[in-house]
Amino acid sequence: MSKRVGIEVSLAVAEAVKLADADVVAAYPITPQTHIVEHLSELVADGELDAAYIPVESEHSAMSSCIGSSAAGARTFTATSSQGLALMNEMIFIAPVLRTPVILAIANRALSAPINIWNDHSDIMSVRDAGWICLFAENGQEAVDMTLAAFRIGEDPQVSLPVSVNIDGFTLSHFIEPILLPDKAEVDRFLPPFKPVIKLDIAQPISVGLLAPPESYTEARKATDDALLASKAVVKKAFDEYEAVFGRRYQVVESYRVEDAETVIVAMGSIAETASIAIDEMREAGQKVGLVRLRLWRPFPAEELAAALSAAKNVAVIDRHMVLGVDNGPLGLEVKSLLYDAPNRPRVFNYVLGLGGRDVTRDDFRDIAARVSSSQGVQTRYEIVGVLA
Amino acid sequence: MKKPIEAIVKAGDLPVGFTAQPGSTVAFKTGDWRSVRPVLDREKCIYCGFCYYYCPDGVYQDMGAEKWYKPDLDYCKGCGVCAHECPKKAITMTLEEV
Ligand code: SF4
Ligand code: SF4
Repeated sequence: MSKRVGIEVSLAVAEAVKLADADVVAAYPITPQTHIVEHLSELVADGELDAAYIPVESEHSAMSSCIGSSAAGARTFTATSSQGLALMNEMIFIAPVLRTPVILAIANRALSAPINIWNDHSDIMSVRDAGWICLFAENGQEAVDMTLAAFRIGEDPQVSLPVSVNIDGFTLSHFIEPILLPDKAEVDRFLPPFKPVIKLDIAQPISVGLLAPPESYTEARKATDDALLASKAVVKKAFDEYEAVFGRRYQVVESYRVEDAETVIVAMGSIAETASIAIDEMREAGQKVGLVRLRLWRPFPAEELAAALSAAKNVAVIDRHMVLGVDNGPLGLEVKSLLYDAPNRPRVFNYVLGLGGRDVTRDDFRDIAARVSSSQGVQTRYEIVGVLA
Repeated sequence: MKKPIEAIVKAGDLPVGFTAQPGSTVAFKTGDWRSVRPVLDREKCIYCGFCYYYCPDGVYQDMGAEKWYKPDLDYCKGCGVCAHECPKKAITMTLEEV
């Protein structure tokens, strides 16, 4: 039976890694990820988790070690944030093509400059096209559940890809929440032992990490993309199995009160919980508003998102990352591209907010809904909510 | 005319993770990258072994009783390190002619 405990979300994520019985954790501490790996090092040192904890000298080495240990057949976990993810960058792009199912928790934090330790999504967005499966958690329970699901998804022999679990830094990572921690027997029913698809084995040697000349580079990239796109079906299957074992239902795209909604807000991560309360309040005041949240960011759940937005007249897309030099944020761009060929294409508005830890409140969503309903034409460029310009 | 596709293997036929059997250079002789080759003047050679130890590709073979070192030109890349390090200037890098 699961047990409900009051626990800091970072520690709960570490407990989930323990429940998953990870073999290797290679990590370098960085705010606000620190508590996750600090607790894991305690669990290993105290003999509660039988794993190798590799205290590396940098995030580049952390991800290198993780790719190597995963290729050697070890269930592998690491965590980082912001500049740490940036320092991993070179290896981040290698793990998917080598098909090493490393699990990475990202306590999302703004990228420098200016230096800022607080929450937004600029870190993960900087590597969104690297080939990782990307999951977003809304609250502490989801952070735990997505961590467990990530092992199941990434290690599936059909998938064999790395997975990032995105947890808003501080907003989630440092809060104490009531969380249902599953017991080991339940986790064992959900998560089979890791059977690697590729394995460095002295008895049957293979070469890993090869050069691809012009005659095969394109094909190697395409093979990785094919695997990533095909992984969506396994993500859905894993969520179904998660529900069967733990009783909590997850979908790649979550919809809230969208049935007759004229304006639908699209968001990711913890702000969606705030948005849902604002939606309730606006609904009470008679406004036809709804909310769609992406749990799965890569592979991009295009069909599911298009279906969720099919009845909307206006779509307000929230980005927590500013793409410099172009007119939309990353989610805004994807949604616009998705809906370009849609029948009865809705108007799409893009808003950037909550950068570098700036608070996102219910008022922001009311403000966005008001901006959309008062707008006569189309929006040509994203608007920043709450900027002093 | 339609441009032929340069690919040597279908994406779907690649091994998962772009792995390969090790030892592929047994069949694939990498020495054809070379534009210059080391040519030894055995008169000058004192059998010191610098070429053998400095060669980054490890292609020199110790000829033992014959007291010289022979580069395996199937794999020598023509980098010239051996010629540079030879204390007797016994090795001359010579242009490959086709
Ligand atoms: S030229 Fe370079 S690769 Fe060739 S034998 Fe000399 S040191 Fe080795
Ligand atoms: S370095 Fe020069 S002298 Fe020494 S063994 Fe090689 S060729 Fe002979």
